[in-house]
Amino acid sequence: MIEIRRVLTQVEDIFHEFGPQPAAPLRRGVVAAVLRNPFAGRYEPDIVPMMEALNPVGLQMARTLIEAMAVPPERIEGYGKGAIVGAAGELEHGALWHVPGGYAMRQLLGWKADAASYAQGKATGQSGNALAIVPSTKKVGPPGATLDVPLTHINASYVRSHFDAVEVHVPGAPRADEIVLILTMSTGARIHARVGGLAASAIAQWDGQR
Amino acid sequence: MPAQIRKLVVQVDETRIEMGKTVQPPARRALAMAVIANPCAGRYVENLDELIAIGEELGGLLGTKCVEALGIQPNQAQSYGKAAIVGEAGELEHAAAILHPKLGAPLRKAVEKGAALVPSSKKQGGLGTAVDVPLGHKDAAFVRSHFDAIEARVGDAPRANEILVAVAVTAGGRPLARVGGLQVSEIQGQDGLR
Repeated sequence: MIEIRRVLTQVEDIFHEFGPQPAAPLRRGVVAAVLRNPFAGRYEPDIVPMMEALNPVGLQMARTLIEAMAVPPERIEGYGKGAIVGAAGELEHGALWHVPGGYAMRQLLGWKADAASYAQGKATGQSGNALAIVPSTKKVGPPGATLDVPLTHINASYVRSHFDAVEVHVPGAPRADEIVLILTMSTGARIHARVGGLAASAIAQWDGQR
Repeated sequence: MPAQIRKLVVQVDETRIEMGKTVQPPARRALAMAVIANPCAGRYVENLDELIAIGEELGGLLGTKCVEALGIQPNQAQSYGKAAIVGEAGELEHAAAILHPKLGAPLRKAVEKGAALVPSSKKQGGLGTAVDVPLGHKDAAFVRSHFDAIEARVGDAPRANEILVAVAVTAGGRPLARVGGLQVSEIQGQDGLR
């Protein structure tokens, strides 16, 4: 079911945006895998088996991304995910990426919570890293379509300095019968973040939001 | 004055399958891009030595970034290319100053040897403008399997006072190349052509 035709990694170092240059540049990374869409060209009612099949793909992509970024997982502060479905597929095929893409990164970045108590809102304290939902976006698009993939803080979605987005573009993909699956990570806040709000240092509830 | 670099972007594009056929080894291409301040923006500057020096600096930096990203030894690099996009407050000649006089020597050092011309392209543009960086074999320009191009683009560059400089290096030719011509195995590597 899974056939990966092409993989693109991108690592971006942002030194400044005409303001004071921080000691270390912000590093943002992207991995995009171009897969054959097994459901292209028809309506397939049962697409969920592919979600399961994408679990190892997500983990491998997350590893590839960390490796390309050349930083230890502890340095990752923001993440996001996305999908671009080729013209012979439907948006719902891109939705298959929500679970395997998100949990692959969260697993790799140290999410250790007890899933059951977490789901019931009973988890207290910081149960490892990557507590926050992984923000996402998706669309149906032509070869070379760009997708602005959102980024948020890995432990608290409301951390304002880490709201960001990275533009992803794989020249020539997706073809009509393909899907581009995307993961992104960043090492910190926007380069000159200064619009207030919840700071990463002020995360206190450890509920994935604040 | 060294290049004032606002951002560096490095990509690796790996094709494993094409038209259902496995590409063995996968076709791997790296692209390194620097977004720099254009020291000559907004006015006519007769002497472009400052840009020429920036070209020399970036040839080494971007060439090395590509080789590192591919995870290969310098002598395993196979093809290369370069390009620049000048923001609207600059002139096309600024791209020429960066690309042509001095960028090549340190790039060749980064990929070891490099007898062939480094193919290039240039244009003026705005944010998100794409440039197709031509690729050719680094030691023999006539190697047909390695004629290629890779699209270089940074969403928020170049601003008017900036230049986007791109260098591409590959670890192989096109996926499933099969239109004949001079083969890699036939390279003499002396005159840059064959």
